[in-house]
Amino acid sequence: MTRTRSAGPAPQALAPQAPPAAAAATNGAPAGGPSGDRGLHRHLLREMLLQRRFEERCAEAYALGKIGGFCHLYIGQEGTGTGAISVLRDDDYVITTYRDHAQAIARGIPPRAVMAELFGKATGCSHGKGGSMHLFSRERNFLGGHGIVAGNIPIATGVAFAIKYRGGDQVCLCFFGEAAVNNGAFHEALNMAGLWRLPVIYIIENNRYGMGTALERASAINDIAERARAYNMPRSVVDGQDVLTVRAVVGEAVERARREQLPTLIEARTYRFMGHSMSDAVSGTYRSKAELEEHLKRDPIALLRARMHERGEITDEEVAQLDAEVRAVCEDAWQFADSSPEPTLDALTSDVTAETESTAGAPIAAARS
Amino acid sequence: MAVVTYRDALNQALREEMERDERVFLMGEEVAVYQGAYKVSKGLLQEFGDRRVIDTPITELGFAGVGVGAAMVGLRPVVEFMTWNFAVLALDQVVNSAAKMLYMSGGQFPIPIVFRGPSGAALQLAAQHSQAWESWLMHIPGLKVVTPGTPADAKGLLKSAVRDGNPVLVLEGEMLYNTRGEVPEGEHVVPIGVAELKREGEHCSLITNGKMVLVALQAADQLAKEGIRIDVVDLRTVRPMDVAAITASVRKTNRAVVLEEGWEVCGIGAQVVDYVQRECFDDLDAPVLRVHQVDTPMPYAKNLERAAKPDAAKTIAAIKRVLYLDS
Repeated sequence: MTRTRSAGPAPQALAPQAPPAAAAATNGAPAGGPSGDRGLHRHLLREMLLQRRFEERCAEAYALGKIGGFCHLYIGQEGTGTGAISVLRDDDYVITTYRDHAQAIARGIPPRAVMAELFGKATGCSHGKGGSMHLFSRERNFLGGHGIVAGNIPIATGVAFAIKYRGGDQVCLCFFGEAAVNNGAFHEALNMAGLWRLPVIYIIENNRYGMGTALERASAINDIAERARAYNMPRSVVDGQDVLTVRAVVGEAVERARREQLPTLIEARTYRFMGHSMSDAVSGTYRSKAELEEHLKRDPIALLRARMHERGEITDEEVAQLDAEVRAVCEDAWQFADSSPEPTLDALTSDVTAETESTAGAPIAAARS
Repeated sequence: MAVVTYRDALNQALREEMERDERVFLMGEEVAVYQGAYKVSKGLLQEFGDRRVIDTPITELGFAGVGVGAAMVGLRPVVEFMTWNFAVLALDQVVNSAAKMLYMSGGQFPIPIVFRGPSGAALQLAAQHSQAWESWLMHIPGLKVVTPGTPADAKGLLKSAVRDGNPVLVLEGEMLYNTRGEVPEGEHVVPIGVAELKREGEHCSLITNGKMVLVALQAADQLAKEGIRIDVVDLRTVRPMDVAAITASVRKTNRAVVLEEGWEVCGIGAQVVDYVQRECFDDLDAPVLRVHQVDTPMPYAKNLERAAKPDAAKTIAAIKRVLYLDS
């Protein structure tokens, strides 16, 4: 059983793999990929900053009515998604919940395509038919934002089933909130993943609240990673605000999944700095301002920045430069989304059913060995 | 042509499709070691091994979702529900995931998957095991719903379902598995969305599907003895529905009765009647009547169950009424 308490940097064995090529291209990471810890840290910092600024622009766009429906922001949780997704290969899979904007960007979907989807435009990554909760990219093996709590967990399990069926060594990363672990779909899926030894990594983003219901008010046990015991599955608890630790722990689980086709349940303890969605107060009803302020001290971006300062890996000027860069990316995404065309009306009735026999789905590479 | 049971026809379809396409696998409760709760998968474990014929825990929601995930990345799952009565537990995955994924991903992720199993009432299984699910499922855009009533259609429609690029729901019948009929050997594919005129006549159209096809044919036989000849239109697929076949028959006979296994409210017949009133308004010589299960949960007692179910006698009475022969 794995139980990680270390807050240290990524161990050498897991160290710096290049981020996905498309992410590098899209998000402007240095050509040739990061070199060593400094490059990696800078890449992760930039990714998280980009997500933060992107979500801030989403809040602004929502207030202006440019984004409709429900809109769930990731602010405060960037360390978890960024660290986890950073260890994947391009041919791995990611599936997540309705709080999906930042993870879509981390996976390399261009911010333009994400913002355009939120604006309901034809140029969006789901062609304007999914919206905030349903971001998809076949090209990036991003299998969606899903709007039903725990609904994505059996699907992730099926993706892992298919990987094993084909003899591949990819993995599927599946994100969901701590409230989903009380849902039957979670238990049904984890039982099968444990029983059949499937290469899936389940990441509980424990942000403490399922909407406004605290974990302690919804779960019979508070140490929810313990639920993995029931399904004969390795488990870890990780500080979700520490992107490097998340990266290390998820990296270990990913390697185990590739080598031994074992699933892992990881509880990342994190916190959302905003409301559940755009329609609830940040604090004052189900959580206190004092509690929020305590958690704001552990901002994942500030934590990484402080560590990089300490090690002399970045200067304030360089941080400001990075911030300016990602703000420009977000402004560009906004302008692109705003000026993009709405879907044509024939899109209303297209893609209800596939026209022909499907050869379906993203390709699964053959076994590598 | 070989005469085989409905069960064996389904078994042939599965075997042939699994031989044809290595992406096809069968998953469900008791499909492997036990050889299928209704023996539809008999011999498949021995032939294809446990990689492709997979026993699941009793966890309909979970394994339906596993099927969706596998389909999403390129496999072609056949998911067996021991009965559709249990599949109600899996409807989130069928409706919210399988049916909508293509649309909400803007066309990026088709879900080529078959969900199959028996639907409707058998004998004295009482309320929770005796529900015809067609009308619930046919309500959902993104799904195709087929209801074979004969062994030949069972084989041909299941083969089409496996080859289709969409979620296709195959609603079989516990009471049909032992029925026999001629089934073409080898390649036999029945297109989805195409009805078949199972009996031809000129006095009335009897529009039906699935298990009720046999009831309809019984009614037609008895009516023929009285000189009343009817069209029996077997819809075979209830979504998408073959409206042209319905209207062609009604325009010929000018009268129609719709026979279905399930309840009246929002039933298949409600949809058929809507097509008929829109397309054949000037052709009708009588109101269209419907025959269906009585609007109650299914009772256990034999006499009550008999009274609840649609049958040939009720169908004949309805047809005579639209012919104004019931006085």
